[in-house]
Amino acid sequence: MKSRDLFELAGRNLREAILRNSLTTLGIAVGVASLVAMLSLGVGLQQMINKRMARSGLFNAIFVAQRQNFRGFGGEEGRRNRDAGTTNPNEEPRVLDDAALDVIRKVPNVTEVNPDIRFTSDVRYNGSSRLAFLVGLPPSAASDDAFEGMKGHFFSGPDADEAILQVDFAKELEKDTSSLIGKKLTLRYAERQSLPADKNSNGDPGFSVVRRERELTIVGIIETTPGGGLGGFGRGGMFIPITLAQNLRSVQNTDVRAILRAANGGSTPRTYGNVTVRVKTANEVQAAEDAIKKMGFTTFSLLDATRNLRRVFAVIDLFLGIFGSLALAVASLGIVNTLVMAILERRREIGVLKALGAGDGDVRRLFFTEAGAMGVLGGAFGVFLGWLMGQMINFGTNIYLSRLDPPVPPETICSVPWWLVGGAIGFSVLVSLIAGMYPASRAARLNPVEALRYE
Amino acid sequence: MTTDNGYAIRAQHVSRHYQMGPTLIRAVDDVSLDVTTGEFIALLGSSGSGKSTLLNLLAGLDRPTGGAILAHGRDLAQMSSQDLARHRSATVGMVFQSFNLLPRMTLEENVELPLRLAEVDRADRPGRVREAVDRVGLLKRMGHRPAELSGGEQQRVALARALVNRPKILLADEPTGNLDSATGEEILRLIGEIRERLGMTIVMVTHERALAERFAQRIVFLADGKLMSDGVHP
Repeated sequence: MKSRDLFELAGRNLREAILRNSLTTLGIAVGVASLVAMLSLGVGLQQMINKRMARSGLFNAIFVAQRQNFRGFGGEEGRRNRDAGTTNPNEEPRVLDDAALDVIRKVPNVTEVNPDIRFTSDVRYNGSSRLAFLVGLPPSAASDDAFEGMKGHFFSGPDADEAILQVDFAKELEKDTSSLIGKKLTLRYAERQSLPADKNSNGDPGFSVVRRERELTIVGIIETTPGGGLGGFGRGGMFIPITLAQNLRSVQNTDVRAILRAANGGSTPRTYGNVTVRVKTANEVQAAEDAIKKMGFTTFSLLDATRNLRRVFAVIDLFLGIFGSLALAVASLGIVNTLVMAILERRREIGVLKALGAGDGDVRRLFFTEAGAMGVLGGAFGVFLGWLMGQMINFGTNIYLSRLDPPVPPETICSVPWWLVGGAIGFSVLVSLIAGMYPASRAARLNPVEALRYE
Repeated sequence: MTTDNGYAIRAQHVSRHYQMGPTLIRAVDDVSLDVTTGEFIALLGSSGSGKSTLLNLLAGLDRPTGGAILAHGRDLAQMSSQDLARHRSATVGMVFQSFNLLPRMTLEENVELPLRLAEVDRADRPGRVREAVDRVGLLKRMGHRPAELSGGEQQRVALARALVNRPKILLADEPTGNLDSATGEEILRLIGEIRERLGMTIVMVTHERALAERFAQRIVFLADGKLMSDGVHP
């Protein structure tokens, strides 16, 4: 029998016992819905955490530092490099200066290279002064979770004379931290000023340190530190735009090392202790990290942490899937029951079909098609029900989150991606076909003479 | 295609035995029967004589436990179940006492069913269905379901369904058993006309001797599974 005829006959048979077949299909739908709801919860949570991680900027970031070439320094990394022979103790380590930053920017998939600029400064506000640790922030940090729900706003530009305060430091300036927004404060810091070249001396003449002041406007107050306190943003009490931080040319810890090198006959270019490199996605971290290591720098990333997290979610999804599938397994018994009943009711009809020329295979495929059709319909309706359940969970959760103090922005707890839609329907059809195997085989084996005699 | 020296069916020492617990039932026991192409033969016998069992064996619905059945030269006992299904679809048309129409299908759909099973091209089906239904004179009832038809009309539909695949052999199992005598005669007259027009071979099981003598060319008597007599009716 041709497929179209098979589908038409199966459809006709299903419509004949519409109530029983609908109830069986509904049973499959409930099973698929529970599977989809469970997995959508796992997928949604994974997506939410991945999004959070991506927004933190930690998982697509590589932290780059200059290598140390003297014994006792460089810690475990330095020892590994020496053991691996990647660092020659007689060679000067590559300097992390502006030229090196330009080379790193050319590594494939690198989207951003920002030096970690941090320095201690004297902050004057309302007649009193306090020491603060300043950190330069790139524009991309605006998407960091730390700025979600911040008081005020992010910097208006990368070189704006603006500051964002961490709430603990802000409390030192004013009890009512909200009132600080829009107020001015004065920054007093040590500027690194290069000295003019001296024709009589060898090498670079070095630099001098000059006290400078800069007035900044407070534009925001944040609760937590960006990047979870890791990398270039860590432990700051006050944050300023990265370009502004670079333009201030404040003395950095690395300047001491630079001046010592100059004494050995080298130059004293501006160098950076650490650089944060961002790549497009976490998948590109490994390749970029390897490329930067080959340039002679020490690197660190949280890639391994994301790998482990994926494994954990794979296990969680597996368990959720198993629990969700239990309902589908129960529903599959309904298919067996319905089709066995159909064989009893249509025994004579099967006999007639065989007398008219239907082979065992035709009868088997007819029952298989009926089981598969119930699987497709139940699967499609079940996916819809599962999606609806997920939407209700999202709706309820977001009502709860919005009522918290302070209100938490809405989240997508349950998510039904296209692969889950296709996979759930496919799984439903597979389970239905497996459930239909026994009835189909029993129908195919019916003796036509006995079937025709059946009243 | 007619082979085997003009025989449509040759049953050679055919037996169909059943084991019922310790008892061996000899439903058909060493029956030999030759049916020539275009012949109308009636199998007569009382209830339990084995005539319906023999008809099922000739149709390929059942397999003999002994002997051989050649339908147009091909031994049904040696065929696979798939080949037997093809034989039933292409070579044989069957009519039953209780009509065996599918109640949820219309007349047209019932007659189309063998064409679906034989994988006849969809474009050819309406013409073939109309031709078969026209032969039995029910063109005006195409959209009716079996419950809306009389017994005689239902048997005519069953006849159209048996003819739609243009079989070489028509096997009829008590085709008048559920009909009054007038309608039964009408059905047998129709079968006779079709045989004459299409040159089909007809094997009919009946227990009504008068009808058999009136319409069949040859009458074969069966009793207790054995062939008792085989004679050409004048």
